[in-house]
Amino acid sequence: MISQVVKDLKEGRLDPEEYVERYYDRISKFEKKINSFITLRSKEEVISDVKESIKRGGRLAGVLIGIKDAISTKGIRTTCASKMLEDYVPPFDATVVEKLKREGAVILGKTNMDEFAMGSTTETSYFGPTRNPWDLERTPGGSSGGSGAALAAGFVDLALGTDTGGSIRAPAAFTATFGLKPSYGTVSRYGLVAYANSLEQIGPMSKNAEDLGLLYSIIAGDDPRDATTIPYEVKEVPSEISVNGLKVGVLKDILEASEEPVKGIINRIIDKLSSEGAVVEETKLGYAEYALPAYYIIAMSEASSNLARYDGVRYGYSKYGDGNWKETFSKNRGDGFGLEVKRRIMLGSFILSAGYYDQYYVKALKVRRLIKNSLDQLFAKFDVLVSPTMPILPPKLGEMVDDPVKMYAMDVNTVIANLAAIPALSMPAGFYNNLPVGLQLMGRYLSDTFLVGISMFVEKLTKIYDATAPLQ
Amino acid sequence: MPKIGLEVHVHLNTLKTKLFCSCSSDYINKDPNTNTCPVCLGLPGAIPVLNEKALTYAIMVALALNCEIAPALVFSRKHYFYPDMSKNYQISQYDGPGSMAVAKSGVLEITNKKIRIRRINIEEDPAKIIYPTGSMLTSKYTLLDYNRSGIGLLEIVTEPDIESPKEAREFLEKLRSILEHLGVCNCDMEGAMRADVNVSVEGGERVEVKNVGSIKDVENAIKYEIARQKAAIIQGLKVERETRHWDSERGISVPTRTKETDEDYRYFPDPDLPPYPISKDLIKKITAEMPELPDARVKRLVEQYGISRKEASILVMDKALADFYENTAKLYKDYKKLANLILNDYLRWLNDKNIRASESRATPEAIAKLLSLLDKGVITIKIVKEVLPEIVLKGADPDQLIKESQLTAIRDLEYLEKVVEEVIKEDKDAAEAAKNDPKVINFLVGKVMKRTGKRADPQLTNELIRKKLGV
Repeated sequence: MISQVVKDLKEGRLDPEEYVERYYDRISKFEKKINSFITLRSKEEVISDVKESIKRGGRLAGVLIGIKDAISTKGIRTTCASKMLEDYVPPFDATVVEKLKREGAVILGKTNMDEFAMGSTTETSYFGPTRNPWDLERTPGGSSGGSGAALAAGFVDLALGTDTGGSIRAPAAFTATFGLKPSYGTVSRYGLVAYANSLEQIGPMSKNAEDLGLLYSIIAGDDPRDATTIPYEVKEVPSEISVNGLKVGVLKDILEASEEPVKGIINRIIDKLSSEGAVVEETKLGYAEYALPAYYIIAMSEASSNLARYDGVRYGYSKYGDGNWKETFSKNRGDGFGLEVKRRIMLGSFILSAGYYDQYYVKALKVRRLIKNSLDQLFAKFDVLVSPTMPILPPKLGEMVDDPVKMYAMDVNTVIANLAAIPALSMPAGFYNNLPVGLQLMGRYLSDTFLVGISMFVEKLTKIYDATAPLQ
Repeated sequence: MPKIGLEVHVHLNTLKTKLFCSCSSDYINKDPNTNTCPVCLGLPGAIPVLNEKALTYAIMVALALNCEIAPALVFSRKHYFYPDMSKNYQISQYDGPGSMAVAKSGVLEITNKKIRIRRINIEEDPAKIIYPTGSMLTSKYTLLDYNRSGIGLLEIVTEPDIESPKEAREFLEKLRSILEHLGVCNCDMEGAMRADVNVSVEGGERVEVKNVGSIKDVENAIKYEIARQKAAIIQGLKVERETRHWDSERGISVPTRTKETDEDYRYFPDPDLPPYPISKDLIKKITAEMPELPDARVKRLVEQYGISRKEASILVMDKALADFYENTAKLYKDYKKLANLILNDYLRWLNDKNIRASESRATPEAIAKLLSLLDKGVITIKIVKEVLPEIVLKGADPDQLIKESQLTAIRDLEYLEKVVEEVIKEDKDAAEAAKNDPKVINFLVGKVMKRTGKRADPQLTNELIRKKLGV
């Protein structure tokens, strides 16, 4: 528990150097195999920051944290796992980073991800794929795979991810860690390198439910620099939540469509909840079959616009000095972006062009509204909706990345929450042949801390928390 | 009749900040790229946040131009790659599905005519491009200055109702006066008001001349385009749809190399800027707080000061001039004489020197004092004209000025009689002719003036000459 670490550091029971050393030891042993960091800070710098931070105090005084490399950190390069931003060092901190620093957290490094968060396996990174600490042949999920893998490998106990269509929850599910995609507008996006603005949120990742709630309470809150944040005061995580009488909806279609081992593990949890007094009922989300295409249409459209700024003029990859600006822009963009990013820019540009806009983009927005309405109806009846986070077990490296349709289909359970702006949490549900399976909890808009409360109860049932992969 | 439409870009330079960040809106005369931040440089992760005052300004202009106001402020992204763009899209507004301009369907009345306003947009200005070693086509390299990037703009688009260069000028002068009366733009600032000019003549297609920097240039560009297009048609050439640039140095428009097609800007609502509702109450509140507009002011000046409608119109055309008139009128009560001096002597001199009224350093006190010195006969009208430049350029005090340069009118009878006698003695023929011809008397008055350094009281001199000649 992070709260205990903070206390021990403050009261001198834990030596700051020893504390930091412990993580760097594991990193030096295993990071070569995992590749969870794009940029790791030097141990000396980190130790000095930790000591300083303990003196100043705060709810995270001295605690190490990994930050997904899509989040701007002043003075530390922020690459978004792209050649385009390989050497880009932001002159400012994202709002969430400011908030973390104010509470005394110390950045250990910047974690690996799919390039510009476009991917579900952390394989599209310019800096090479991240491997799953539970099985090095497999991916840790994505796009926040570096954060998930670093937690599971014991490199760090807290991390930030970002979630546009499941990018926090997929790695949480595949690495037996905890991740929350917050309600849209509760966490500032200022400083988050934009992929799809209307869908994405920065969110906490951790090894247990309590730490998840603590990290969320620190990063949440409205921000005058992000007009999409809402006036919001984070509610306390309910400490002694009971599932007795809790109305639980099981998304049957989604469960049925999952791989057998995943289905089995989730069913066992549902049975446990039922025997604890939860009122469990199977239900169905309307328009679910349109969620995935609607999601990808919106995400790619916004992405094509957001990524227009990378031309090499003000920052970023810029190799070509000669020729006119059109040639230079084309060459910089052609060389600087990876294949998946280019695919999404091209599809997004196509969707937004005259004649197709109404046919695709406007229609996708309609689907989005219908899904939201359908969820509103479900939440009139249920307190929480449960499903597997991912329909499959962690795939092997290379299994998905070359088949975009297959890769996009991995996100079928997770994109719903992004389309509807509601909170969604993934937590460890169990293991199948030592491969983690994640449980997804979705709740009403702004019920984030309530979901964390439920996960605290569930982790007592599963007894899976603070899980670290047995690396050799 | 040629058809002319204008797209006027107005800098919201009286907002204290840029449109979407807290950088200063005062970007002129600053070192390049010092008035910037992550937002206006388009750095990764930066998010725009609207300066809400811009909406108030847009609504004021919309009301002044009798427009329909949209129920919500929606910003769209207009995509095109160009080196002056920090994000390769411009945050603008789009009048189409899922989006709307802040105002549309208005009208501005000029002499005997109504010019329809198609729409008003709020948008951001791009960076400034500098070609250090030549023109756009010849410079070896290009410099970019982002100090201007993100400055708020209003784009005011007319229907093609304008039919002559003169009408275009009148429209723009009236628009400028409205903007200044509303306080939304200091139009004297360099580049504060620019226009894209669309001109078509009968038998030809529409030609757009981009980025014309002043009202005078708009008039010239239209004149040039009409002549050029008509000449082409007479020669049997086709006038095709194209975009041209205005070269104000040479006074000609030049073709750009871009091919004229309907560019696909891939507009879509900016997901970083949620729609901002424009309530009836907000419009009511702004309506109640609207300052006096030019038309109302002309009417009031005629009633309050008894000057002619034409005089009042000229004064109001330049808000600073009308303000100056009214402030001086508090100190000097012969309003007609004051209007006469300001419109004939003061304004003419300013126009000759290409100085705007707002740049003059003359104070109402100085002009009032000057007029009362004239009334008392201490100085002559010629002296008034002579000292105006000092007053305008240096803010000189008339008392001091006249004392120092000994410019008071000479009314000393003995001295004047002596000079008159000399002049008559020197030019006997003229003296003889003057007996029958008043014009020649004026000639002799002129000679006396010259000899006295323009200080002789002209009325008194005239009387003395007549007396001497027995006329």
